[in-house]
Order: sequence, then C-alpha cells, then structure tokens
Amino acid sequence: MSVLTLTINDIQCTGREGQTILDIIKENKISLPVLCDLKGLTPVAACRLCLVEVKGIPKLVPACTTKIQEGMVVYTDSEKLRNYRRMIVELLFAEGNHICASCVVNGYCELQNLGYMVGMESVRFDYLWQLFQIDASHPRYVMDQSKCVKCTRCIRVCDEVEGAHVWDLKGRGINVRVISGLDEPWGQVKECTQCGKCVQVCPVGALFEKTATTSEMIKDRSFLERILEGREAKIWVR
Amino acid sequence: MNVEELKDIYQKQNDVLSKYKHRILICGGASCHSLGSVSFKKIVEDVLAKYDLKDSVAVVNVGCLGLCGKGPLVKIEPEGIIYTNVSVENVADIVERHFVKRTPREDGVMRADDPFYRKQFYIVLKDFSNVDPADLNSYIAFGGYTALAKSLLEMSRQDVIEEVKKSGLRGRGGAGFPTGIKWETVSKQPSETKFVVCNGDEGDPGAFMDRSVMESMPHRLLEGMTIAAYAVGASQGFIYVRAEYPLAIERLSKAIRDARRAGLLGTNIMGTNFSFDISIRVGAGAFVCGEETALLASIEGKRGMPRQRPPFPAEKGLWGYPTLINNVETYANIYAIINNGGDWFASIGTQKSKGTKVFALAGKINNTGLVEVPMGVTIREMIYEIGGGIQGGKKFKAVQTGGPSGGCIPEKFIDLPVDYESLREVGSIMGSGGFIVMDENTCMVDVAKFFMEFCADESCGKCIPCRVGTVIMKDILQKITDGRATMRDYQNLKDLAYMVREMSLCGLGQTAPNPVLSSIMYFEEEYLAHINERRCIANVCEVKQFDVVNTYL
Repeated sequence: MSVLTLTINDIQCTGREGQTILDIIKENKISLPVLCDLKGLTPVAACRLCLVEVKGIPKLVPACTTKIQEGMVVYTDSEKLRNYRRMIVELLFAEGNHICASCVVNGYCELQNLGYMVGMESVRFDYLWQLFQIDASHPRYVMDQSKCVKCTRCIRVCDEVEGAHVWDLKGRGINVRVISGLDEPWGQVKECTQCGKCVQVCPVGALFEKTATTSEMIKDRSFLERILEGREAKIWVR
Repeated sequence: MNVEELKDIYQKQNDVLSKYKHRILICGGASCHSLGSVSFKKIVEDVLAKYDLKDSVAVVNVGCLGLCGKGPLVKIEPEGIIYTNVSVENVADIVERHFVKRTPREDGVMRADDPFYRKQFYIVLKDFSNVDPADLNSYIAFGGYTALAKSLLEMSRQDVIEEVKKSGLRGRGGAGFPTGIKWETVSKQPSETKFVVCNGDEGDPGAFMDRSVMESMPHRLLEGMTIAAYAVGASQGFIYVRAEYPLAIERLSKAIRDARRAGLLGTNIMGTNFSFDISIRVGAGAFVCGEETALLASIEGKRGMPRQRPPFPAEKGLWGYPTLINNVETYANIYAIINNGGDWFASIGTQKSKGTKVFALAGKINNTGLVEVPMGVTIREMIYEIGGGIQGGKKFKAVQTGGPSGGCIPEKFIDLPVDYESLREVGSIMGSGGFIVMDENTCMVDVAKFFMEFCADESCGKCIPCRVGTVIMKDILQKITDGRATMRDYQNLKDLAYMVREMSLCGLGQTAPNPVLSSIMYFEEEYLAHINERRCIANVCEVKQFDVVNTYL
C-alpha cells in the first residue's frame, strides 16, 4: 500500500492510499467540525460542515468522502469556511426546537459542542418553530422529532450494523422526517430488536433512553469500535 | 430489419406520399392535443370524403408545430399555411373554405416564412411537422434509423465517439459537459456491464423541450440512445420520464414496442451482433430526480436523493456499473451528427457552443412555444423576431433563462448572444432551455420569491444548506415583499445565498440562489424600495405600511 504525502493547513501529513481527508485530519488531531460522519458508518456528506478548500479544485469538497491524493494542499480553516460553518449551525438551531436547558443530552450534545466550536453566539435567522411529534411508544426509548438534525446516523447504523432497517426518511425539504417502520409508532415496529444502537449514535437528544432526564443521557459508542476491530480482524463481516 | 428492408420501407412510404397533392398536418403536441386536436382527424376525413378529395389530400397527425400559445394548429402543405386557434367547431369550415370554396380564412393564419419559423434552424425539431409520432414507418420515410444503420454497419465504436467529439456537442441538460468526452470515459471503463440512461425528468417551470421531443418524435430519441449504447458498449438502457407526461410515456412505450418488433431494438439489431434494449422508468415527479445521481438512485428503486460526486456515474452509476447519462435533447442531436458528420455540426453555432438549442419561449411574449435556434442568436432576435415582441406592446424588463437554477438577465444585455459562456458571464445559465420573458409589470423580488419557493419545496432534505437555507431565504423574501423586512434581513439573505451556493451537495442547492443573486445584481433598487420605502416599484406586491414601532418588533 503506497504512502501519500499532503499538507493540511501547511502541516505536512502522510496517509495511505484510499484514506479520506477526514481520516488524515483526525489522525493529525486537526480540529474540524463534523456532524453526520461517524466512523464505522458509510459517509453521506450531508451535513456539509467538513467542507474544505483544496488547491486546484474550484469547488469546496467534503473531507469525509474525498480520497487523498499525492501532493494535495488542503485548507480547513479559512475565514470564509468559518463563516459558512457558523451559518450552517445557526440554520440547524433555527430548524429544530433545541432548548438545551430542558434537553436530556445537555452537556453531552454534539450540536451544542458544534455551537461552541464554530463560535456561535446567537442565531441571526428567524426560528421556524415547526410542530414536531414525540414518539414514546417504544418500551425502552423515546424519539423526539423536535431535536432531530437528520444526520441519518440512526438509519445507517440500523441498516448497516444491526441489519434491521427500522428507520428511514419520509417527506422532502424542510418536511423531511425520520420515521420508524412504515411511519408507524416505534413500539409497534416488529423489526426493532431493541438493541439501542440508534440511540447511542444519535448526536443530539432526538433519541434517548426512557429513564433519562435533563442532562443525564450520555451516549456510549464503544460498540462501534468493537465492530470496527472485528471487521479489521475479519471476525465479523457484513 | 436490415438495411434493404429499411430502404424498401423508405421507398414505399415516399411513393405513397408523392401520390397526394396536399397534406393536412394536425399538431399532436401536448397542448394542442389537450385542446382537442386529437379529434380533428376524423372530422377532416369526413369533410374530404364528402367532397371526394380523399385521394388527393392526406391527413396526418404529426408532432409539435411549435407555436404552442396559439394552438391547436393545423398546417397545410405544400402551401405552408398554418391555421391557428383551430377548434372542433371550426376545423371543418377551415378545410372546406381552403379546398372547396377557395376562400381561405384570413385571420389567425401564420405562414411558414414568418420570422417565427424563418429564424429557426431545425436539427432536434426537424420533421416534427411531417412525422406521425405513433408510426415507425412514417419516421423511416423521413430518413429515420439511417444514422443507426450507418453507425452499426460502417463505423466502429471509436469512429462514432470521434464523430461526436468532433461535433463539439455539449450536454443539453444544462451543465454543458462535452458529450464526446463523456462517451469516451464510459467506453473506456473495463466493466462488462454498462448502462445507458436518458434523463427525461424535465421539471423546470415553463420548460417543455424534452417533453416535446419525447411526444413528437420518440424514435429519434431511441435511435440516439441505441447509437450511444453501441459506442459505449452497453446492452441495457433506461428512459426516466416523469409521470406528469402521460402522452410522452404512451408514445415512447409504443415506439419501443414497434422498434422491438422491427428488430431495431433487442437482440442482433439490424442483423449485427449488437444487442440493446430500452425500458421506461416512470418518476414520481420530484424535481431533484433530474439530478443525475438522484435519478440513478430512483431507477434503482431507492429514495431519489443525490449523493456526493465523485465517483461520477461514468465510473460508478446504476448498481455500481459505468453508466452513460444524457439529456433527451442531447440524444436527439446524435442522428444528425452521424448522418452529416461532426464537422457539419461544428460549423453551426459559436466558437465554444456548437449546434442548436431548443428553447421553450414563455412569459409575456406574443409567440409562446417551442423554438430551435443556432447557438449565438441574440436575446433581441429571440424576443422581437421569433417571439413577435412583448404582449400588449409593453416594455421588456428581463428574461429568466435556465429555470429555477438560472438567473434574470436585464434589458441592458439585450444584444447578448445566447450560448453557454455568455449566459454564465452575466450570472445566468443555459439550463435545459427555459426562456421566460418578463415585462415592465413584473416585480423582480416577487419572481425571486417564486423560484425560491419552488426550490424550497423541491429540496430533498438531505443537506442542511439546501434544506433549511432555502426555507429561510424564502421567508426573508416573503418579509421583503410584505414590507416587514429590515436591512439586516437583506444582509442575511445575501450571506445565505452565497453560503447555500457553495456548500450545498447537489446542483439543486448550488444553483437555487441564482435567481436571488442575479436579481440583486441587476435590480437592487427594487429590493431597497421594498425595504426602505415600503413600496413595490412594479406595483405587484401588496406592501403593507407598518407603523414605525411595529417594524422593529
């Protein structure tokens, strides 16, 4: 496997062929906000937060799906990108009804962290204040649509790792919703194995355990690492 | 069917045609069809039978005659007279007066040498007024499938690609990627299995070019696709049509059945060892499915959502196999390139934009309809000569090209040539060929709001800039037209527009802010009048006069 060299923010980095820009950024501990990407799941490039500038490419490219090339010159932190990223996080806050003070993941929330990371002080846009549903029909977990950021991690983990495909999307545009089964109450979906993987990968407080109350839901993703190790050692294949 | 049989049908059909002294051609385009032209044929035949003219006058249902705004149309050849606004009630009278009483109707008549027709140059729309869309023999009578015969029997796969490359044809779906290079990329992929896909998911407001080609001459599309499949080495093709085009689906289905029966599709086409078949996939009408990766996902049976490119469909398309995907109009150009050569095609148009482009003229213009012009025609010629000027003699204000992805071009660029580069320079795009003319009574903020509403509604919801950004932009535009906006909102609108354009995943989001940005560039005073003076210059928006106190709430 050939070794490639590239520079990220003027830092010399090396990587193996087939790795993405995001892999190298993580290995070199360079700070870059991401939301939809989670190691172990197929990247979808949907959140657009990891977009970076690459010399020679006129468009911005997503770090999570772009493979590295020899001699690539990447910039992750220009003034323009910082401004755009802050706007995206503000849009997320304007879209859903994110009230941290009463949220189960307050303090452990990836969206909250993103807000700090991109330096968001307030939301400059008008909040949309849409009406959302809460689905508490499942015996162990709750789905709160108002917190959902549509990163589709739950859909991917259920489909790719658990193999149950309980979750999917319906609607389009701003009306897109994550649904369980054929848009039936989660508790009635027979395919659900109650494994809770979707709950653990959810970056925000949209999916949480029933027993949790404010600031009590800490997500545990160690199972993904075990799966990845198993995959690498060829113990586990899907 | 082999070449001898093809020539035989050609000869026989032309012998039949030459027996008739006159031909009555009834427009079968979608708008004329829905206005009742479908029942004209029987009425006209009855009239002809009454006066014993059946042996000298032929009656044919043909494809779109172009002047859709004045339909239904009936054309009489060889006189070249087109009767407009024909109806079930007066069609018998028109034919009687023309052939029997020799006192033809004078009003509502268009002649074939009118600037509307004279200024056009037909490649894609050629013989639309001669060929019966539902009849394969009628297509062969006007030289159909000769290009397929030529490429299969006389040319190698590489020859076909070279010819297309030489022609300089660029994708007619909007982006303008060189077609020959795309074909070459797909043909060089090592895979055994390849696919050819036709993008017939035309969803721009005010655009009906592809629809017309599919409805008026489905065989021309099939021929182009088959040649493409031969060139790239594919054995299966798909035509993706939206369900809103039932007539196109009906005629394409019939054309595919007829072509299969005649051995022009299926195994061993024209006696060679080349095999290719086409099936139709009907889309549910999502605008985003016109984006190629979303379209492929939809064909696979998945949710029609775009994915990040690369890999491009030419490398990894349908089910992971190399896939050639082109627009309807692109395929409809192929027959002419093969028959007349790439050099001939390259001699038409401008330096970088070759050939012709079909436009759907719409809006406040006298002659609305379908036109085909060589690249490089000026906007002035399009509006005042072909289009016949602005309705009611009003003043021209702007033209919107490229649908919701395009921009508004103001009056000062009226002498701008219409080609890919020139349009991009002034902040618009060629797009699929929508051409919406606006007069002085149009509010540009209102227009921008309309297109933003469209994009917000049609966003798939995958990436955040497009899903939320378009909605917030739409809300700000609504505030501006209501007279509730402040300069801060206006600044937010501009910031968002640039962000959505650069950060969105697919073409829909990347181009959604274009109507806003181009109207800000050329008509900023209208935005400022709404915000600062709380009035609409064109008197379209109902701007409310809020109290000073309320505006800051």
